[in-house]
Amino acid sequence: MTEFRRRQVRAGLAFISPWLIGLGVFLLYPIIASLYYSFCDYSVLDRARPVGVANYAELGSDKLFWKSLLNTLFYAAFSVPLGLCLALGLALLLNSGVRGLTIYRTIFFLPALVPMVALAVLWLWIFNGEYGVLNSFLSGLRVPAPGWLTDPAWSKPALVLLSLWGVGYAMVIFLAGLQEVPVHLYEAADLDGANWRHKLWHVTLPMISPVLLFNGIMGIIGSLQFFAIPYIMAPNGQPARSAYFYAMYLYDNAFLYLRMGYASAMAWILFLLILFLTLISLRLAARYVHYEAG
Amino acid sequence: MSKPLRIGGTLVLAALLYIGFTRGPQAAPRDGRVHITYWEKWTGFEADAMRAVVKEFNRSQDRIFVEMLTISQIDRKLLLAAAGGVPPDVVGLWSMNLSAFADRQVLHPLDDSLTRHGIRRDDYIPAYWDLCEYRGRMYALPTTPGSLALHWNKKLFREAGLDPERPPRTIEELDEYAERLTKRDERGHTVCMGFMPNEPGWWNWSWGHYFGGGMWDGSERITADCPENIQGFEWARSYSRKYGVQNVQLFRSGFGNFSSPQNAFLSGKVAMELQGVWMGNFIDKYAPGMEWGAAPFPYPAGHPELAEVSYVEADVLCIPVGARHMDEAFEFIRFVSSQKGMELLCLGQRKHTPLAQVSPEFIAQHPNPYIQVFIDVAKRTRTFSGPKTPVWSEYQNEMDAAFDEIWLGQAGAADALGRVRVRMQGRLDRALAAAARREDRS
Repeated sequence: MTEFRRRQVRAGLAFISPWLIGLGVFLLYPIIASLYYSFCDYSVLDRARPVGVANYAELGSDKLFWKSLLNTLFYAAFSVPLGLCLALGLALLLNSGVRGLTIYRTIFFLPALVPMVALAVLWLWIFNGEYGVLNSFLSGLRVPAPGWLTDPAWSKPALVLLSLWGVGYAMVIFLAGLQEVPVHLYEAADLDGANWRHKLWHVTLPMISPVLLFNGIMGIIGSLQFFAIPYIMAPNGQPARSAYFYAMYLYDNAFLYLRMGYASAMAWILFLLILFLTLISLRLAARYVHYEAG
Repeated sequence: MSKPLRIGGTLVLAALLYIGFTRGPQAAPRDGRVHITYWEKWTGFEADAMRAVVKEFNRSQDRIFVEMLTISQIDRKLLLAAAGGVPPDVVGLWSMNLSAFADRQVLHPLDDSLTRHGIRRDDYIPAYWDLCEYRGRMYALPTTPGSLALHWNKKLFREAGLDPERPPRTIEELDEYAERLTKRDERGHTVCMGFMPNEPGWWNWSWGHYFGGGMWDGSERITADCPENIQGFEWARSYSRKYGVQNVQLFRSGFGNFSSPQNAFLSGKVAMELQGVWMGNFIDKYAPGMEWGAAPFPYPAGHPELAEVSYVEADVLCIPVGARHMDEAFEFIRFVSSQKGMELLCLGQRKHTPLAQVSPEFIAQHPNPYIQVFIDVAKRTRTFSGPKTPVWSEYQNEMDAAFDEIWLGQAGAADALGRVRVRMQGRLDRALAAAARREDRS
């Protein structure tokens, strides 16, 4: 390396150093430390005591761990596909050449901007069994109104329903994808006598499949880390821990029960689970996702 | 890059790193007094009462100046500040946080200071003093305490044809009164419950205590499923069985926030409720015209020895390990704990004081007409608190979840509580082993 190159490299490093230091101190170090602590008995206040794989072994037989994991998978299994369908449906409607698209787009996106805590408090009232808007609407239709947040059978479906409130983000990304689909493909399909269903299935979906993949993976990641809303709406996962999610148990272990090592082990298992699901998605993507060349 | 620029840049970076990674310089007090920081957990009128005491302390002498900071989620902030080595000089916790922090040696034992200043257990209502003790050492002094009593709505009593001046004395009477006070509309929809064991739901774990049960043997054995606890939980379950799980759950979901006029007791939806000494404040604020009374919680018929059982807890003042001005911090705690300081604080927060002696003016001036009831139950020997073990926060969550299962009819009491015992015994064993290791080390 010439003296000039070396100087350039040094200057470059100096310029990105705020970010590099931030990454190292606030991200890389905690990640590596959490991996180490996951093999320790660590309360934050004491020195960490290495215990080998004891934390991971204990998680295997911890019924609450499995319960919180199953609750979370249930939530993800319903909220991700439903959210994708709704977001895609809205995007398709908005993309059908309506007048005043920007206004509608803003309106449909607005709910996604409500802060989580405000959202949780708002939905506490919507779901209220006696005075909630939802139940007065249902009883107007003469449909039996469930105790959304007080009946263990309904608490998770209620939260899935709530998750649809935030489809705005996915919707605008879909919309951007839809507007990228070349018009000539639709024209060619029209000439071949395709109806709207054929066009959706054979043109639109393949063309926006990368967007679908992206939204799907983001949805999986977000739903497996579901925390703030149930933490406020269902303290301790009540009723009867039917709304106790993985991230809540992780948080309780870390900051309430002072078992940071155990919580770190949970965090790594969650990371591996997300990694695994993402890899599966990418594997499926190789078969179904169509990238436009060039 | 030019040389001066490089040197200048390096110096700036070094300065930033120094500021970032070292303790900030102590705000240099110009008044020559030792400044100590005090972390307070309350806001609102409770914080105002404490602020008045701090002001009084700062005025009473010219050596120490207390800076009071209001901190939310104080237990978690203390955890982080202690781990980072920058705790405040004095911190106001809840008594139920003490064992977890004392166990990890985050708090200074105060025994030497207490002996030096002649502060003794006899000065206090013993139940409150004992809340501050952990494994034989004192880690705090109690400030504003709380005990519980059955609150009842006299108007609803009158409407149900009951004597409004006579609260139920036994659990059996409570059940009978509850039945008479419960009202449904013509569609069979509940509009008032006489009593609801899970309202407000803050002590769902504790129903066994009113039947003579307890959470552990005091040292090493968890007793979550002792027969008395099973009896207590089954008694609570009898309410959801009698009035229907769906029905009571739906009814309960219509209750407003605790601190609002829609509070179930304040709005007349629940006629009798187990509540603390603070309830009088909320009645004055949100339902000022309400006619109410407070009496010791009923006991099972035939067991007068279980009369006047009450849960007790207290706000406490402690000194974290790493505090820079230990003696000055204790001086402040001592001032707050004096009869004068205590009565100023507790009258302001509208509770009773943890001290054995109170001035007649304190009782006479007190806005809560039933304050003596709360003092009396706290002086009884059958008070209880959360078990003094670092695993209590988890134990409590497990008990509350078990209560839910039992209340909803998902599991029997013996079964659900048995599972809690097995789980928590493992946790306790491990905590005891860890404590023994720490003691060996030190």
